[in-house]
Amino acid sequence: MFDALTARLSTVLDRLRGRGVLSEENVTEALRDVRRALLEADVNVGVARSFIESVKEQALGSEVGKGVRPGQQMIGIIHSEMIRLLGGEGNSAEVDLSGSPPVILMLLGLQGSGKTTTAAKLAVHFRSGGRKIGLMGLDPYRPAAGEQLRRLAERIDVPVEVARESEDPVDAGVRILSELKAAGSEVILADTAGRQTVDEALMNELASLRQKLNPQETLLVLDAMTGQDAVTTASAFSGRLDCTGAILTKLDGDARGGAALSLRGVTGLPIRYVGIGEDLGALEVFHPDRMAGRILGMGDVVSLVERAAEDAGGAEVLAAEGKRFIEGEFTLEDFREQMRRLRGMGSLQDLVGMLPGQFDRALTGQEIDESSIVALEAMIDSMTPEERRRPSILDGSRRRRIARGSGRSVQEVNALLKQYSMMQKMAKALKGKGRKGQMPFPPMFR
Amino acid sequence: MAHLRSRVALGLARTRDLLLTDVTDLFSGKTALTDDLLDELEDRLLEADLGVDTVMEIRDHLQNDLRAKKASGPDEVIAAMAEVIERILTPGVPPKEIGADLDGRPHVVLFVGVNGSGKTTTIGKLAHAYRSAGKKVIVAAADTYRAAAVDQLVVWAERAGAECVRSHEGADAASVAWDALDAAIAREMDVLLVDTAGRLHTHRGLMGELEKIKRVLAGRLEGAPHETLLVLDATTGQNALVQGEEFSKSVDVTGLILTKLDGTARGGVIVPLARKLDIPVQMVGVGEDLESLMPFDAHEFTAALLKQETA
Ligand SMILES: Nc1nc2c(ncn2[C@@H]2O[C@H](COP(=O)(O)OP(=O)(O)OP(=O)(O)O)[C@@H](O)[C@H]2O)c(=O)[nH]1
Ligand SMILES: Nc1nc2c(ncn2[C@@H]2O[C@H](COP(=O)(O)OP(=O)(O)OP(=O)(O)O)[C@@H](O)[C@H]2O)c(=O)[nH]1
Ligand SMILES: [Mg+2]
Ligand SMILES: [Mg+2]
Repeated sequence: MFDALTARLSTVLDRLRGRGVLSEENVTEALRDVRRALLEADVNVGVARSFIESVKEQALGSEVGKGVRPGQQMIGIIHSEMIRLLGGEGNSAEVDLSGSPPVILMLLGLQGSGKTTTAAKLAVHFRSGGRKIGLMGLDPYRPAAGEQLRRLAERIDVPVEVARESEDPVDAGVRILSELKAAGSEVILADTAGRQTVDEALMNELASLRQKLNPQETLLVLDAMTGQDAVTTASAFSGRLDCTGAILTKLDGDARGGAALSLRGVTGLPIRYVGIGEDLGALEVFHPDRMAGRILGMGDVVSLVERAAEDAGGAEVLAAEGKRFIEGEFTLEDFREQMRRLRGMGSLQDLVGMLPGQFDRALTGQEIDESSIVALEAMIDSMTPEERRRPSILDGSRRRRIARGSGRSVQEVNALLKQYSMMQKMAKALKGKGRKGQMPFPPMFR
Repeated sequence: MAHLRSRVALGLARTRDLLLTDVTDLFSGKTALTDDLLDELEDRLLEADLGVDTVMEIRDHLQNDLRAKKASGPDEVIAAMAEVIERILTPGVPPKEIGADLDGRPHVVLFVGVNGSGKTTTIGKLAHAYRSAGKKVIVAAADTYRAAAVDQLVVWAERAGAECVRSHEGADAASVAWDALDAAIAREMDVLLVDTAGRLHTHRGLMGELEKIKRVLAGRLEGAPHETLLVLDATTGQNALVQGEEFSKSVDVTGLILTKLDGTARGGVIVPLARKLDIPVQMVGVGEDLESLMPFDAHEFTAALLKQETA
């Protein structure tokens, strides 16, 4: 997700490794590059600045722990600061539905950010929690916007009402609310038209809608590819409409997602969910720690853990992903992420060299080339999130579907799963053996 | 087009004010370009999504050029910035005007881009522009994936007075494109605009589908598609660079369209994009109605960005 940022941070911090002390000079130098990396990841200039300041303060003020190298210490500080900025560890990001029904959630945001799709995704999500859902479409402006929501609702079999053409959205909201209430909806998701924050009339419309509907939550839907404007958009929407949370969409791409940091940095709004695909199941609860782990990169964290283990027999830095691998819970999602990161990193020779032993052989044995990595990715892309997390459910018909979806043969899908299971076995073996000298990932940024 | 121009100017006003105010404040009364001043300037440009490399280039330029000339007034600084930016944004070959002689009959234009960038809407606007120039236009609803994408395009086609070829949801996108080109040839249309589903460039399978659409068009009519336009949302940050590269790799993009310039986003990312890829920005979208499309003009864009009076 944040491949390039990860690579940069790692390259930069690697330079710090091996140095004895965190001096003001080398910290400042490293942080200059970290700032650059953050900016390239679209983190807002101001947010990047305060992030750097805070890391610097902590880095200089902290004692380098026994057996821990300065570089590791630094990564640890950056990592935890990033988690903090993204919302802190252990806080549940989920919308609280415990209020008296109907609980109304209103979605808003710029044009094309993903509101309508996300409304349908949330319907699926909450329904699986046993709630009766109703969808409310309040976009009479965009051609076929109501029809889009209606089709999605039909696909998932959820009651839906949309504003009529040329019906005032506020009137429509009131009308549909009473209809859905009468129909017994417990959670109502209100989809609104995309708008620019400079459009006073439309911003006022949202304000009156909010007053009339009195939603439990007003959620800003933001495209993860957003650049510096994330700050302007987020503060304009949240300032004007008292947003209570945000949803970040299109994280299935390779946007470095600095918008996530920016959004939190200026509005403090909790990011509740992330959209990771066009399918209606492609929604996940937001995890700050996971996100920070992604920013820093799983492989790197593992290699860090390895070094820390070598050095001191104990790591300060142990991100969720790294831990998952060590505990043998290495999913196909992790596998794909790894592939993506590797693909962006230079020649295949290097790439194979960086893979764990057995896997390395498995790959070289097959004379794998760049395009087969692309193929691996395509196959994993064609799986549902559930399948990626639990490949054991991949029966014949699922495998055929994946083959079709990715334009590959079933044999290739089978081969992929074999490679994956080998990798997973290694992770398990590793867990048994303990850490020292047996870590699966050779250091990646030497 | 005058009113459209002022709308872009309005949309860019924030950037402009920001840059101008800051630059003016920063530099007025100063006699030397200090590093602090350059740092500040750098931040302002970064906030317009110009990206680190381009901003560095501008910084270097200012440093060398202005220091040599011992010049440091706000006008000189802005002029120097404008020079670099405009140079980057000026394509080798100027884009053709809508309504000028078209290659191919029908002239086939393929629209591509990530999800929600504004492809379908832009097709509506462009169909309208061609219709206004007296061309016979047909559109192909080759987004067979997204819910009601076809219905959306049908409305735009009606508004623009264009014909539309469609199939059912879930149909093969490439066959819709083929059928549409067939129809365009049979009905002697001047222009065929092909809408495609939004897709992230990271999804290999979907990029493959796009390549297939392009192949099929070329197979039906030599030289088609005559243009492949990548539609970019002005709010997009540095990811636009990868989008540009990846879509180019797949379908050889011939032009860019920058949408949603009527909002607060500045679209500054087209500067590094133009720097990296030699693809001209063709048009900009400045609203949600038929008229809100205008030709891109590097000089105007730069001037608006930096609030320098157009000569
Ligand atoms: N890849 C990907 N695409 C997404 C995601 N969420 C939404 N989309 C796509 O983004 C495009 C826009 O989504 P919509 O739900 O129509 O966005 P919207 O905010 O309702 O748009 P307007 O109503 O026009 O403002 C569609 O092509 C969706 O399929 C996501 O998480 N990943
Ligand atoms: N303000 C503004 N909105 C625009 C502009 N261009 C498009 N939009 C809006 O952006 C949203 C997405 O536009 P679409 O044309 O549906 O985008 P798309 O690329 O076809 O989307 P998908 O097919 O889902 O990938 C819609 O709400 C449009 O009305 C523009 O120039 N200005
Ligand atoms: Mg919508
Ligand atoms: Mg579309």
